Amino acid sequence: MSLLRKLFDFHGGVKPAYHKEPSTTQPIAQAPLPAELVIPLHQSIGGVPRPLVQAGETVKKGQLIGGPDGFVSSAVHASTSGVVKAVEMRRMPHTSGLSALCVVIEPDGKDEWIERKPVPWRSLPPDEVRDILRDAGVVGLGGAVFPSYLKVNPGKKGHLDTLVINGAECEPFITCDDLQMRERGETIVRGAAIMRDLTRAGQVLIGIEDNKPEAIAAMQAAVRTVGAERIEIVPIPTRYPAGGAKQLIRVLTGIEVPHGKRSTDYGVQCFNTGTIYAIYEALELGQPLVSRIVTVAGNVERPRNFEVRFGTPMRDVVALAGAKPDTDRIIMGGPMMGYAMPGDEVPVVKATNCILVGSPALFPPPPPEMPCIRCGECAKACPADLQPFEMYWFSRAKIFGKAQEYHLFDCIECGCCAFVCPSRIPLVDYYRFAKSEIWAREQEKEAADVARERYEFRLAREEREKAEKAAKLAAKAAETKAKLAQQEAAKAAEGAAPAPVASDDAKKALIAAAMERAKQQAAAPLNTDNLSSDQKAQIADAEARRAQALQAEGKD
Amino acid sequence: MISAILVMALGAVVLGAALGYASIKFKVEGDPLVEKIDAILPQTQCGQCGYPGCKPYAEAIAKGEADINCCPPGGDEGIRKLADLLGREFKPLSGEHGVEKPKSVAFVDEQFCIGCTLCIQACPVDAIVGAAKQMHTIVAAQCTGCELCVEPCPVDCIAMVPIAESVETWKWRYPVFEIKPAGTAR
Repeated sequence: MSLLRKLFDFHGGVKPAYHKEPSTTQPIAQAPLPAELVIPLHQSIGGVPRPLVQAGETVKKGQLIGGPDGFVSSAVHASTSGVVKAVEMRRMPHTSGLSALCVVIEPDGKDEWIERKPVPWRSLPPDEVRDILRDAGVVGLGGAVFPSYLKVNPGKKGHLDTLVINGAECEPFITCDDLQMRERGETIVRGAAIMRDLTRAGQVLIGIEDNKPEAIAAMQAAVRTVGAERIEIVPIPTRYPAGGAKQLIRVLTGIEVPHGKRSTDYGVQCFNTGTIYAIYEALELGQPLVSRIVTVAGNVERPRNFEVRFGTPMRDVVALAGAKPDTDRIIMGGPMMGYAMPGDEVPVVKATNCILVGSPALFPPPPPEMPCIRCGECAKACPADLQPFEMYWFSRAKIFGKAQEYHLFDCIECGCCAFVCPSRIPLVDYYRFAKSEIWAREQEKEAADVARERYEFRLAREEREKAEKAAKLAAKAAETKAKLAQQEAAKAAEGAAPAPVASDDAKKALIAAAMERAKQQAAAPLNTDNLSSDQKAQIADAEARRAQALQAEGKD
Repeated sequence: MISAILVMALGAVVLGAALGYASIKFKVEGDPLVEKIDAILPQTQCGQCGYPGCKPYAEAIAKGEADINCCPPGGDEGIRKLADLLGREFKPLSGEHGVEKPKSVAFVDEQFCIGCTLCIQACPVDAIVGAAKQMHTIVAAQCTGCELCVEPCPVDCIAMVPIAESVETWKWRYPVFEIKPAGTAR
């Protein structure tokens, strides 16, 4: 059947050297417990989870330590049992080298789990299943770390046509999904079946690049063993970036998701195989996401895949593979899309699919950048059908509006354009620069809009308060005036010679009336009726004190 | 002859009516130029330009009463945008109105606040919470960093804290390294 399936093609793409074999010779190994786990609270796209533990607390493996905050956010858990040493700022696995709030755990060595219970997901309403996935901290493990619970959604039609499972793993050096499919194929297929039922998908297509024949064979065997229906393993041609979500959807279904639309609008959703594995563990075992498979490759003696608890320092994981002496850098991710790390002590997080160890020999310093000669090679290579050279000129000239008009935000930063550029321009650096500038500006603009609104509201409020006060005074004046007029009228009715009331007299009468009221108030008799002798004595005391105070005031 | 005059007159009436209708139907409320200028201004509402807020300054610029280089929070970039919009030459920030500073937010030291409400009255965006004889606090997300609350505080308990760069707000650096002649480097 799979041989007959019609596959489609995506535009552009490149064929870099894959370097995948060295790290696939050994099975996945368990990374040992480090001396200290540094677990960043912010490990997914969206809101920063709130810390739920304090220094000195004992935690178990899988215990919630960061609660999701906001609609787009995902929980974070302790990845082993131990004592919380601190909740403090630590350096993040991020190019900036800046720090963020982390929970530092000293393992007790027991690696003791919290109580785990399978989730009866079949009988639960979909909203509750989504909440469980959010609280289990399941995020996209392909590298984008988008909270998965938001994607477990059958879309507008109420069901998906195709659920695409991404086992393409197109980036050089990275083999974590490959090894996981080879060794844990059955779990992935079972997870795929769960997702098929949750999203009511008509068919499930697991796309795997054809440079991974072992993984394809293992997965096909797993589908047969599990006896899963409507799940098909589809080998796809090897071409970078076939593992991009939009590219894989295009290859498998022929659907090209347009700018500004979601794939669910077209009845398609895409998950990484690692994410599917994590969803299986979260629902069938009741086990939150506390570890992942990480490829350690590049300039190391024994490249291999390790199952690593989140928070383990990268240095410890690299040591397991044995970094060669000329190592000069660590990259998180692959050579095309990875980020240089600020140091080797930063922790492994949910986004860490690969720790690529670099050396000057393996990744020589980039040759000098030459001027763009407008050859158009980048546009031929772009898998998102963009015009990279246009975006480059406008980003470089800081004309961000124009760069956006050329759909800068549809750029997936795959690096194909920079890979083929004969002038060796680091194009993606320009796009990242332009994107972060545009985001910052948009945020500033939002803040300015809020400030403008609040300022105008304040002005309106002050105006309103002034008007209210004036209206109150006017109403009171009118009331007194009416009263006086009534009195005059009464007098006139009595038949006494009514003096003609001029407007001056009315004012005078108002003042007289006010003074009369004041006098009455001043002379108002104290409440002295029905008082006991005791109370009378107290009143006398108070009066004496008041007299004394008045005297003292007079002296001053 | 008469028919020709009638035809022209009829044409004039019809066109006049159409124009009159259009001027009512598509009437532009307010001054669109003021809105455009106001959109460029940073909405700090700090009054450093000499006007009581960003909108009054925008109105003054539109009328030609104020220059475009009086807004320190907007900085050089703001001036450049105003110059583009108004078709004028760029000029550097005028020194008398202050200097461009990194964005900061006000912070009330709880130790010393006496709850006098003076800062609440000074805040142009109602970003201070508190009541008489109760400790006040700044809603940092809404603070524009205008510094108007610092002056009125009788116990000097308000400080301006610069906003630190975080992983979320960090920006990729401009990948072009400027080449300068030897000697002027650094």
